[in-house]
Amino acid sequence: MLNYMWGIMIIIGIVVGALTGNMEAVSAAIIDSSKEAIALCITMLGIVAMWTGVLKIAEVGGLMAAMSRILSPVIDFLFPRVPKDHPAREYISTNFVANILGLGWAATPAGLKAMEELQKLNKDKSVATTDMCTFLIINISSLQLVPMNIIAYRSEYGSVAPTAIIVPAILATLVSTLAGVIYAKIMGRRYHG
Amino acid sequence: MGNILTFASAFILPCVILYIVGYGLLSKLNIYDIFIDGAKDGIKIVFNIMPTLVGLLFAVGILRASSAFDLLGRLLEPILDRLGMIVEVFTLAIIKMFSSSASTGILTDIYKNYGTDSAAGLMASIILSSTETVFYTISVYFLSVKITKTRYTVWGALVATIAGVVASVVITNCFLM
Repeated sequence: MLNYMWGIMIIIGIVVGALTGNMEAVSAAIIDSSKEAIALCITMLGIVAMWTGVLKIAEVGGLMAAMSRILSPVIDFLFPRVPKDHPAREYISTNFVANILGLGWAATPAGLKAMEELQKLNKDKSVATTDMCTFLIINISSLQLVPMNIIAYRSEYGSVAPTAIIVPAILATLVSTLAGVIYAKIMGRRYHG
Repeated sequence: MGNILTFASAFILPCVILYIVGYGLLSKLNIYDIFIDGAKDGIKIVFNIMPTLVGLLFAVGILRASSAFDLLGRLLEPILDRLGMIVEVFTLAIIKMFSSSASTGILTDIYKNYGTDSAAGLMASIILSSTETVFYTISVYFLSVKITKTRYTVWGALVATIAGVVASVVITNCFLM
């Protein structure tokens, strides 16, 4: 799936660019976007390292385990195939809470650790498990409650009511997450009977 | 209201860190050693993500520069019009699926051209608040554990994203305008 998508994106881009006379821009984009990707990684290095460091303290101190106990009804419902005392539960809980609080940079390392743990439960290492699919769909459905970054942009660009979007954004986030959960549950059930 | 919220949100990050570090100190952990240990993992994680990110941003860069997204938007304009959605907002929703930083650029363009409190500005704000970078997240997460068969993840993520976009459009048109 990803192989085809990636290839098709590049082919469509270059063909459309040629037809619309945007080849110069395409050439520039090839170089610039590759550079930008690494610039982004350099920014990420510091922030992600800070978070994985702090989260390690939370993990060793047992805070992550405490949090996953609080979230355990949710985790049981969404991931019935993850054993009760499995470390994947801690990382999934941390990822969800970080996302809800809008700490996206903390969510990514926890999420990648969760994938690592879920992979240990996987029998066929090249195929995603149902729990992995559920985890990613919910993650991507957006969990963030208060979109602080967007509010900051709104006020920077002169909005008279930068926070007017909070309640609408929470509603839209609920709708997208609910749609994701329902879809993941239906597909999971279809597969496991 | 805005000020209180900005003020309160400035507390989230420091308080989370204060809580974790304070708790670790009280539990008599070697917190600095543990931090360094964890930070090493973070560096490794980013290095592992790097190739994925280059691949994805490079492909999106080509697509954006080729004006393929604008073309798609113009094609769909009659349908978008009926939904009260302008082409720029549609492009924004598509780009957000690939790259968060690219979508921020489009968002600020919409703010400049239409105003932050216009229908387009509000719709764009809500869409970015209720959707995630679908393809970026899927490729980074799955490639990190070398999974190539992603089953229904892409469809599920698209279902959630479309639901979020539709909700944003409906809420803006029905309640905010």
